[in-house]
Amino acid sequence: MLRVHCPLCGERPYTEFRYGGDASRARPALGTSSLEAWHDYLFLFDNPKGPHREFWQHEQGCRQWLLVVRDTATNVVREVIVARNAGPGGGQGPGSR
Amino acid sequence: MIAGPRRVPVAGRIDPHRPLRFSLDGRAFTGYQGDTLASALLAGGARVIGRSFKYHRPRGFLAAGVDEPNGLFTLGEGNRTEPNAQGTMVQITEGLSASCQNAWPSVRFDLGAVNAWFAPALRAGFYYKTFMGPARRSWMTYERLIRRAAGLGAASHEPDPDRYETRYAFTDVLVIGAGPAGLSAALAAGSTGARVMLAEQDGLLGGTLLGDPVTGDTEVWRTRIEAQLRSLAGLQILQHTSAAGIYDGGTVVLVTRRDHCRPDPSAGEALQILTTVRAKAVVHATGAVERPLVFADNDRPGIMLASAARAYLNRYAVACGRRAVVLTNNDSAYAAAFDLLPHIDSMVVADVRRAIHPSLAAQAASLGIEVHTSAVVAGVRGRAAVRGVVLCLGEGRPRFRSIACDLICMSGGWSPLAHLSCHGGIKPRYRKDSAAFVPGGYAAGHFGAGALTGAFSLQTAVLEGWEAGNLAAAFGGFTRAADGLRPVPPAAAPWESANHHIEPVWQLPGARAGKAFVDFQNDVTVQDLLVAHQEGYGSVEHLKRYTTLGMGTDQGKTSNINALGIMAGLRGIDLEDAGTTTFRPPFTPVRVGALAGRHVGRHFRPLRRSPLHDWHLAHGAQMIEAGPWLRPWYYLWAGDAVERAYIEEMRLVRRAVGLSDVSTLGKIDVQGPDAAQFLDRVYVNGFARLPVGKTRYGVMLSDAGTIFDDGTTTRLADTGYFMTTTTAGAEEVLCWLEFLLQTAWPDLRVHVTSVTDEWAGMSVAGPKARAALERAFPGEDFSDPAVPHMGCRELLVERIPMRLIRLSFSGELAYELYVPAGHAPAVWEHMLCSGEPLGMRPYGLEALAALRIEKGHIAGSEVDPRLSLDDLGLGRMARLEKPFVGRELTARAAGGPKRPSLVGIECLEPGKRLRGGAILFAAGEPLKGHGRGYVTSVTWSPTLEKFIALGLFAGGLDHLGEEIVCAFPLKGERVRARITSPVFLDPKGERLHV
Amino acid sequence: MYRYSLLRLARHALSDRPWPRAWRQAKPRSHYDVVIIGGGGHGLATAYYLAANHGMDRVAVVERAYIGGGNVGRNTTLVRSNYMMKGNTEFFEFSLKLWEGLSHELNFNVMLSQRGQIVLAHSPAQMDALARRGNIMRLNGIDAELLERAELRRLLPYLDYSAAARFPILGGLLQGRAGTVRHDAVAWGYARAADSLGVDIVEGCEVTGFLRDRSGVHGVETTRGRILADRVAVAVAGHSSQVAGLAGLRLPIESHLLQAFVTEPVKPFVDHVISFGPELFYICQSDKGGLVFGGHIDGFNSYTQRGQFPKVRQVAECAVALIPGMSRLKLLRHWAGIQDMTPDGGPFICRTPIRHLYLNGGWCYQGFKATPAVGWCLAATIARDEEHPLVRCYALDRFARGGESLDEYGHGHRPYRH
Repeated sequence: MLRVHCPLCGERPYTEFRYGGDASRARPALGTSSLEAWHDYLFLFDNPKGPHREFWQHEQGCRQWLLVVRDTATNVVREVIVARNAGPGGGQGPGSR
Repeated sequence: MIAGPRRVPVAGRIDPHRPLRFSLDGRAFTGYQGDTLASALLAGGARVIGRSFKYHRPRGFLAAGVDEPNGLFTLGEGNRTEPNAQGTMVQITEGLSASCQNAWPSVRFDLGAVNAWFAPALRAGFYYKTFMGPARRSWMTYERLIRRAAGLGAASHEPDPDRYETRYAFTDVLVIGAGPAGLSAALAAGSTGARVMLAEQDGLLGGTLLGDPVTGDTEVWRTRIEAQLRSLAGLQILQHTSAAGIYDGGTVVLVTRRDHCRPDPSAGEALQILTTVRAKAVVHATGAVERPLVFADNDRPGIMLASAARAYLNRYAVACGRRAVVLTNNDSAYAAAFDLLPHIDSMVVADVRRAIHPSLAAQAASLGIEVHTSAVVAGVRGRAAVRGVVLCLGEGRPRFRSIACDLICMSGGWSPLAHLSCHGGIKPRYRKDSAAFVPGGYAAGHFGAGALTGAFSLQTAVLEGWEAGNLAAAFGGFTRAADGLRPVPPAAAPWESANHHIEPVWQLPGARAGKAFVDFQNDVTVQDLLVAHQEGYGSVEHLKRYTTLGMGTDQGKTSNINALGIMAGLRGIDLEDAGTTTFRPPFTPVRVGALAGRHVGRHFRPLRRSPLHDWHLAHGAQMIEAGPWLRPWYYLWAGDAVERAYIEEMRLVRRAVGLSDVSTLGKIDVQGPDAAQFLDRVYVNGFARLPVGKTRYGVMLSDAGTIFDDGTTTRLADTGYFMTTTTAGAEEVLCWLEFLLQTAWPDLRVHVTSVTDEWAGMSVAGPKARAALERAFPGEDFSDPAVPHMGCRELLVERIPMRLIRLSFSGELAYELYVPAGHAPAVWEHMLCSGEPLGMRPYGLEALAALRIEKGHIAGSEVDPRLSLDDLGLGRMARLEKPFVGRELTARAAGGPKRPSLVGIECLEPGKRLRGGAILFAAGEPLKGHGRGYVTSVTWSPTLEKFIALGLFAGGLDHLGEEIVCAFPLKGERVRARITSPVFLDPKGERLHV
Repeated sequence: MYRYSLLRLARHALSDRPWPRAWRQAKPRSHYDVVIIGGGGHGLATAYYLAANHGMDRVAVVERAYIGGGNVGRNTTLVRSNYMMKGNTEFFEFSLKLWEGLSHELNFNVMLSQRGQIVLAHSPAQMDALARRGNIMRLNGIDAELLERAELRRLLPYLDYSAAARFPILGGLLQGRAGTVRHDAVAWGYARAADSLGVDIVEGCEVTGFLRDRSGVHGVETTRGRILADRVAVAVAGHSSQVAGLAGLRLPIESHLLQAFVTEPVKPFVDHVISFGPELFYICQSDKGGLVFGGHIDGFNSYTQRGQFPKVRQVAECAVALIPGMSRLKLLRHWAGIQDMTPDGGPFICRTPIRHLYLNGGWCYQGFKATPAVGWCLAATIARDEEHPLVRCYALDRFARGGESLDEYGHGHRPYRH
């Protein structure tokens, strides 16, 4: 079972988290009028077989959104940081598990 | 002397003082405590215990453990029926009832055996080549018959009365398998001070040692190490527990069977327990199973694996025959010959190899056993039971020798059980010296030992186990156990070697001539492999799928490697290049109930209840599921069926005052200096300039510019807002707001907190709503200036803080009263009590929905992420001059004037009804295709005395007043209707201000 | 083609004459009119219809491993056409019509079993949603029946109708023509038929790059050498992003795991295909007797082909919640396939911004039922260099254009929600 090391709560099963999808691209700034920027951000994915930068929220824990680097070929989590500490930008955001 | 025609005076591991009666197909048998169904049946002289899947050939037991392909039974009756139980794994209990499968009328005389006459036509893939005609749907006719013939046992549709538990466990070292390697590993790890779990699928510890004579050296060793293990405080031994699978992160899933304890579910006892184990390190000591030899008619009852015959003798005191032939390509089968010899009348060993180790030959000779080398089987006599074998002996000019026998013990070598490492995605590797596929590697912190690694001797198993146990403990940070503690197993005989001197032979010469079975359970023969090869289905996955090889309940434990060897030979490639199919979890079949645990029936998914739930139940509320919630649908005071009750409840609200529980709405506390700016960004409309004490309806879009959620938000203070969301959207909205705050706009100083559970909500609605409040809270000012429409007042009544928000879903003068959840029942009762003279009563979800349809308010089926603001007629709400989430893509989502948008629909045909899900067409146009829209919500309006609906219609209100058709072909209905404003009642909103 | 029939089966049985190979072991030639990347059901079907409908015989299917090893061999074998969004309705019904003639068309028994699929509803709102779907189906000439609880009880007496059920069963939508197909047979049947029309099926041949210049794609680099082709189609759902990435394309696709499950074989237990409403769960019984079932995707991008255990339990819970008798059956095997998930749950069958490169992907676990129609329409799209009318809604640029949604269940714009 996939486990994510929450920097605040420790290592927990992925079932405590909510997946938030691709975090590899910066979110266009609020009010960005370029439709193309929004289209690329919302609808185009690198979808790599390998390290993937993605969002998870520790929904049943500290409720922090995390930036996780996970290898999609092995499911091994390489890196986790609290997204708030990564500065503005980020990817697409939440959805269900 | 214990009873049973085939019992022999061997001590064994059964308890002769505890006889147990059981039945097979109604026939009574006696076994003893410690017997399996298989051993007890064999002791009773049973031969044919099943029929094969396709040809219905009579079959006996092949194996003595989890690898058994033939001996499947249906256990129990009624709601405790368990089909396809492996007789070799079922411990008998008093009164056990079992029945044979896949035969009619009986296993001895089975009409299905006529299939064998057509065998040449029934080879691999035959069904792909026929059953196609004469008509297009002919297959359905054939299929009905095939389905009836297929399937093994029959299952019961009745609910399972038993109970299953799930749990989580954490340990330093998990050792899987308690054979010599596992025992040794557990002792090593346990001696380091690590917490150790030892899981064994058998009821006893020892693995293959349990097949040794209980009077021998290995038994002394086994009991000693078991005693040592049991004395270790940090060691937990799980018997009857198999490792079902390994999942990501090295998580191991164990299933403990307690069937033999006959647990009582009414006392809360579980039949099976599923444990998810997180171990720092894992030792794989799963051992190996013996392979059959492949020759014509190798499936006759009485032909079994040599290790199985030996286990039946030494463990269960059963001699499976009187006259035995041992057929082998390796040394391991000689143990069976030596042990059986004293208990039977004759013994001949036919060894495929040209020569055997001189000391082995000498030992056999000293016991007077006739050993033939370079021997193969030329034929088997007997049908329902083996009666003899014709051996072809010697090279060059072979001699034939016919031997009468009723037992053939065969050994084609050993196949490690490499399933678990494979579950993690590591492919097995072929180890040539042992003719075995072994784990291709292990995940970090996982170690292998014993027969699993392709080293089959006791001495190597103990050594490897000791090493693996130490490595595993060290991986968890423990210091190696002292080497002096290492257990020393009895010495090996001079002829013993780690690979049993195997000479791999995947099929004996002549196997193609008759029916030489590779997969016993699925009736896959050498001929089938040949056909698959000829037709080009030679790669391992095609082979499996085309012939169904290895797809039975045994998942090919005895068959896969032989088949791969034979196919590699046909293709002219090396076995290591052929590869194997992927082993998938579970290792042995696991009950679906054990996986589901207690999450079944009422506990399938959590149920959310409002703080007023108990009150509702006590006061005649009929409840309905609303997502995870249970909500009052209608109350019995208004009628005993929803169709009548909701009308009464609506009348109450339209004419007097009603009270409704709206606690399920999502509630979010938004606080911080930048809260106003934040809300401006997440709602399409503006909130920054909303004055303190006022409330506003807002809509949120997703990034894609379509509807996400709606609700009202109240400004309680300069920096504090109280937001409500839809019931269904509560979770999503909170996570989304947190996402935006934490990732996109971390500079905004805002906190959002769910307060859904903290605040109960009740809606006071109706022309007498104000009067009701005044009666309930005398002295408080509820006048229009004090609480204007879309205004909020905070109250403190009897030290209970309350939030009163004047807003209306029903279109009447209405207030939402929020009170701390714990006080909700008291306040609710108080409201109803004091409102009684006004006629106040509770009303439910159905009335709530009907009231809002009359007012054209969107809800549930209209808050649809496929729709845009314009689709719902909300476009003018958006303040496009300020940036907000989804602003840029709203235009894209809108898509043009032809898009269906929100309209009201009224029925024009008295006596007919509108229905949700009806498809809308313009009057007169043909009713086909996707129409111009559809009905989202319908109700019969007692106010308007007709059916009214909300729906989406292409072009929307441009068609106001036009006649349309609501088509409902599922019921053969078409109803004339008219497009109206979605606001059916009080379009100017005068009722809000009474 | 060496035709299969009962007579021929009998002759082979009596004479012991060997059967010919189902398809040749082709070596790649240096040049083809069309190269199709991916020897799954879709790629093989496309090759077959290119040859059968468009007379193109210089066609190759190149497959990294062995044919039929991807999702065509891992799915739960369901076919149906209960779609309500414009575009989907017509396409999937066309597919079901092709299924109905496929065994004869291919002279290979794919065992279409139209045992009927029933989608259950557990609330009045879900009944309305099913009604909308069923009405659209009927208005498009597709069979559909709305069943009330009493009818369901008669038809599927073994579901949990008790008061203990967490979600009450109110009714369902039946499509009688829906059912199952023997999945492997589809790949093999199309391969054999395509081969007989001259198509080269090249197994063990992995595409490592595209040959392209300003005029577009004109071939592929493979582990078995360079293959020139006038047109190249990608049909590798699960790995679409990987292969399209070799041509420099980014797609609106994420790869996710979907697990599937089978129990030990038992005598007939479930006749229909049943879909459970509260969670995406469905179940049917194979001809061999195993109950085949599945749930939703694991929920995060992955190429591991190994499912997460919590999902296994969740799906088992659905099984027992729906059919309490399932509890005593044993799970025999579970596995996972990689799905292309898209922002609207709809697929792509289209030209790409690169000339002569065609894409078929984004199947979101509905690819199997689409197989014949994909083959038919993709073949036409390739042959005419213009989208077949039935797949115009499946263009790659639809998210940039906006407009009508393909989102059947209103799950929003995140691929992992579909």
